[in-house]
Amino acid sequence: MTSMAATPLIRIRGVGKRYGSVTALADVSLDIHHNEFFALLGPSGCGKTTLLRAIAGFEDPDEGSITLTTGDTQPADAGEVDLLALPPNRRPVNLMFQSYALFPHMTVSANIAYGLEREGLARSEIARRVADVLVTVDLQDKASARPRQLSGGQRQRVALARAIVKRPKVLLLDEPLSALDRRVRADMQVELKRLQHEVGITFVVVTHDQEEAMSMADRIAVMEHGRISQIADPVTLYQRPVSAAVADFIGMSTIIPGQAAVDGFTALGERLPAAPSGVIGPALLVIRPEDVRLHADDPTDAAMGSLSGTVLATHFFGGTSTTTVTVAGLGRPVLATQIGPPAHRIGAVVRVGWPAERAIVLPDTP
Amino acid sequence: MTLAHRPGGHSAARRRALLGRATLTWPGLAYITAFMAVPVLLVLGFSFLTRGRFGGVVAPFTLDNFARAVEPVYLRIYAVSLLIAAATTALALLIGYPTAYAISRLPARWRTVALICIVLPFWTSFLIRTYAWILLLNSEGPVNRTLLEIGLIGAPLRLLYTPGAVIVGLLYAYLPLVVLPVYAALDRLDPLLREAAMNLGASRARTFWDITLPLTIPGALIGAIFVFVPSLGNFVVPELLGGGKTVMIGNLIRDQFLEARDWPFGAVLALMMIAVLLGAFAGQAAIARRINGTARA
Ligand SMILES: Nc1ncnc2c1ncn2[C@@H]1O[C@H](COP(=O)(O)OP(=O)(O)O)[C@@H](O)[C@H]1O
Ligand SMILES: [Mg+2]
Repeated sequence: MTSMAATPLIRIRGVGKRYGSVTALADVSLDIHHNEFFALLGPSGCGKTTLLRAIAGFEDPDEGSITLTTGDTQPADAGEVDLLALPPNRRPVNLMFQSYALFPHMTVSANIAYGLEREGLARSEIARRVADVLVTVDLQDKASARPRQLSGGQRQRVALARAIVKRPKVLLLDEPLSALDRRVRADMQVELKRLQHEVGITFVVVTHDQEEAMSMADRIAVMEHGRISQIADPVTLYQRPVSAAVADFIGMSTIIPGQAAVDGFTALGERLPAAPSGVIGPALLVIRPEDVRLHADDPTDAAMGSLSGTVLATHFFGGTSTTTVTVAGLGRPVLATQIGPPAHRIGAVVRVGWPAERAIVLPDTP
Repeated sequence: MTLAHRPGGHSAARRRALLGRATLTWPGLAYITAFMAVPVLLVLGFSFLTRGRFGGVVAPFTLDNFARAVEPVYLRIYAVSLLIAAATTALALLIGYPTAYAISRLPARWRTVALICIVLPFWTSFLIRTYAWILLLNSEGPVNRTLLEIGLIGAPLRLLYTPGAVIVGLLYAYLPLVVLPVYAALDRLDPLLREAAMNLGASRARTFWDITLPLTIPGALIGAIFVFVPSLGNFVVPELLGGGKTVMIGNLIRDQFLEARDWPFGAVLALMMIAVLLGAFAGQAAIARRINGTARA
């Protein structure tokens, strides 16, 4: 822990928070590094907002600690500040609220200048920085508008400008793009990423949209029921999920319950292709749609494994197509994605297989 | 928009919808017509007519009533009324706003209790409550006795039958009318706005001055109107606590109808009150639009 790279900017340890009988956060521990784009991903109600609010100082955790490393340039004065001991207005983190929380009685520039005025900066300095950030978010011509006169996307950019103009150590963004429609959202994802590079601030983004998290974040923490299920980079998360729940949440997948033994995986009375996993006993086999192969039913093709099913539906997306196959005995249909148009017609009987090394076997713990 | 989708394309359904809405609205419209529009129009009509010998109004059209309304003797009464109503309103805001603020900070179930306490006095007669102030303020009353006992004064103060007593009585009568709208405004205020200010570095006090106070000014102005207008028109309190020496515009109006039997002049005075009310609401609406950023630039 002596090298700067290893010292996290924010260190969260064992944080818990309960509201009556609801456990919003349970034993949450994670590190956020300097200049990282970190995403908190999870379904609605899993505690993402509560965690951000605890970092910003609007919720007091029942237990645990949240510390911030200061003096990131000089190892000599690197020290840890106990964030929980500071009132919200003294924490060097800025929160971009899910609903933006723009001040309706102030103009766009007054909204943005507000945080700088609280720092007691000179008027000329404030004016310069507000003008600069207005250019960054492309709102120069809206400086004297009121929030109610702006569109959703413009408000979102004002909220972002108001937060980044403070040059906080950490910028917390609570579902920053959820109020925007699909097209604007895609643009803003690129924009956020560019901005993060440009201003060199650590971003912590909350989202319930896994594609958004995957496309933007350096690392993702997947949350479920107030707990962290897995923290990893997007590729690891996709290829090596630690639980079926994570696999299910990150991207599409087919999950087959069965029994794992030393010599393979058995489900529906058949041996299915699976790499040795070390899992023994009740297990789940997770397979991604792009790894599933479909063949016209040919009982002699042993390499394909012995599952067979009926094509239920096909969807052609232009570049790729997805085929949905029902397999007798499986609760959910198997999805198969391939390049080009669908190769099998609805109602056709097909063999379903996949390369053994692409199948992930996970212990089936309830 | 293509021709096929012009409004009226589904005319049967639209007519049904309009009819449904009309059925729902007409009781309200009838109420407003019967109890607001008709009386106001009557008052407006009376103000241009001549007084009848035994009250009522008679034919010749005249503007004399309006000319009379600006005679110096009446201007003095308006000035006194405005001063008393303004002082009452200012005090009501000074006491009512912090009260409403304190209530809004209570835990949820105590808020309801506090609000019930605020409106509780309305359940007893206004007259009885005003008489109670006579008992409290007279020269042998508990206020004077207490002041004498602790040696703050040597002789009883003349508290009753002063403009001060009128202000106290009006303030007591109308204070809840400022607490309730201010409380409603504080309750409606998005708590995230306060958090946003703090997140940007504002202290609690700073947050109050920059966010809470400006955004609840429209509510406070509604409360101010609710206190100012009835204070201006009240005639019971000036009579009982002012001892008839403080004549306010409300007394003047009442006298025109019940004693002087000069209905047309009374109507002119009543119209002035209505004008003050409408002007106050228009001003409040304009300020609220400015603050909320919904005004057209
Ligand atoms: N102030 C509160 N009072 C009671 N329950 C709350 C409060 N805030 C959050 N919760 C509960 O805590 C859980 C986590 O909420 P939240 O952090 O808002 O989830 P997310 O942001 O992931 O959707 C939810 O079950 C929510 O109902
Ligand atoms: Mg949330």
